[in-house]
Amino acid sequence: MAFEASRPRLLPHTDPVAAPVLAPGHLDALWFQVTGTLCNLRCAHCFLSCAPENEAFGLLSVEEIRPRLEESVPLGVREYYFTGGEPFLHPRIVEILSLALSYGPTTVLTNGTLLRPRHVEPLAAAAAASPWSLEFRLSLDGFDADSNDPLRGAGSFERAMDGFELLLRHGFLPIVTIVRTWDPDAEPAVYERFVAELAARGCTRPRIKTMPALRIGCEAERIGGYRDYERVTNEMLEEYDLDQLVCAHSRVVTDRGIWVCPILLDAPDGDLGDDLGEAAAAPYALAHGACHTCWMHGAICANPGAAAPEIGARAIEVAIGAIESTASAGGSA
Amino acid sequence: MRLSARRVALFGGVYANHLALAATLEDAARAGVDEAVCLGDLGAFGPHPDRSCEIVRKAGIPVVQGNYDHSLGHDLPDCRCGYTDPRDNAFAMLSYRYTYQHTDRAHREWMRDLPAEIRIQMPGRDVLLCHGSPRRTNEFLWESACSDAFLAWLLDTCGAETLCVTHTGLPWSRELPGRRQVVNVGAIGRPANDGDPRVVYAILTADEEGGPPSVEWRRVDYEHRALAAEMRAEALPEEFVDTIETGWWTTCLEVLPMKERARGKY
Repeated sequence: MAFEASRPRLLPHTDPVAAPVLAPGHLDALWFQVTGTLCNLRCAHCFLSCAPENEAFGLLSVEEIRPRLEESVPLGVREYYFTGGEPFLHPRIVEILSLALSYGPTTVLTNGTLLRPRHVEPLAAAAAASPWSLEFRLSLDGFDADSNDPLRGAGSFERAMDGFELLLRHGFLPIVTIVRTWDPDAEPAVYERFVAELAARGCTRPRIKTMPALRIGCEAERIGGYRDYERVTNEMLEEYDLDQLVCAHSRVVTDRGIWVCPILLDAPDGDLGDDLGEAAAAPYALAHGACHTCWMHGAICANPGAAAPEIGARAIEVAIGAIESTASAGGSA
Repeated sequence: MRLSARRVALFGGVYANHLALAATLEDAARAGVDEAVCLGDLGAFGPHPDRSCEIVRKAGIPVVQGNYDHSLGHDLPDCRCGYTDPRDNAFAMLSYRYTYQHTDRAHREWMRDLPAEIRIQMPGRDVLLCHGSPRRTNEFLWESACSDAFLAWLLDTCGAETLCVTHTGLPWSRELPGRRQVVNVGAIGRPANDGDPRVVYAILTADEEGGPPSVEWRRVDYEHRALAAEMRAEALPEEFVDTIETGWWTTCLEVLPMKERARGKY
């Protein structure tokens, strides 16, 4: 099979307690830590502890980004993601996203609070002129100020919703991403509240991605970090679809070099050097607590539709009763 | 499996729409094709899934295994489209359960052994047919979510000059450097989310100079009101019927990229 060589695989191991080592598959997604760890907000659960003064990682210049896009072409990269920090703190973000859109599908992850017509108008024009989608992923943690602002800061909900509405008015369909900070039993009700809130803002095509909390950075201080036993083992990867792991098909360009995934920026072993081709092929030990979350939930960083689970892989059974009740309550589209 | 042809009809995503399937095969015969090939997913959404199986098996149409066929054939609990949105997932499960329960065991066993890919030798070039992508049966190749670099890499790796897929249900084609091309043939089981109840398939005709085959998009008018009546009689969700009647998708929308989603009504 021609594609076997491009599939992720585990390196052989002899030490049963050592972390599994993953040799990555094809580089599907190239991420850019475009504003490093600099953010205008100071979210209480940020796994990178991004903040206005966090300069652990800095801004990427257009001159640093352009050659990485060029290098990605012979590697056959499928799509590009831009994150931070808050990407719209970058003074040249419009130019950067427009440039990426000339190479392929582009996604930007934003808190929405800094979006202005001077960003959204030219980006709408760039997206219309490109054969590829420009996806906005807008982070929220609650469906109103009372539930959102304790985590993301006073006033952040209304400012984010202003950004959301601005995007809608320019023809974008933002994907709202929400970190799961509620009781799992409450999920259907929380989801319905989000749909209702977005509808009240004029959104008839709700796109919502819920994501697990990553208990590193600020979140570790808020609710506690990973226990020692929350680690990926070789046994856990038997019959597991390795493509569900972000590091199996993604790498991140930062101002300090290429990193293994968008989550482990604070991990010293996440630094894979400066050569994109070598970094894309570099094996990585799944030694972190966050790797356990990635393993458990799968495809946590990808857009919906970009990473369906392997057709032959073990199914995670969903409660049948819950499914049927949701269907009957779903109503018309 | 390896075929050779000069003019070939390619269709995917039958979704148990046996009336559209019969109309498609009639249209292809009238258009004078040498072969007609199904790119997978015989069941989903529609009524009486056995009827579509019987039509393709009786006609001897080669079929690539789709993710639905794979799941039904292996008694898996779902279709493996990977929905995470609760509403989409609920409808996907309703569709899958109905289809599983109404597909005869003999058809399911036949689906289990369908090939993951079929190659067609057209004059001067190799054409590879698969369901989602050549590396993964359930990978969506959306027009607005695949860079040229990625499509070129797929072609390099599978060693074909033309790659034809379905799975997304939306037709598109793109030519790539080196006279290569990728074609998504769309689906005949549900309309293309553009307000037109007709369904779409492709006829590829060889280029005598060995260039990319020409792609002719065929819109098939069929008795969609009769299908809607059958679906209601089977108590399938009104959302599925609505799509057949109006041409707009109402469910399984989560996986669409922005450009494709924005073109639809929902």
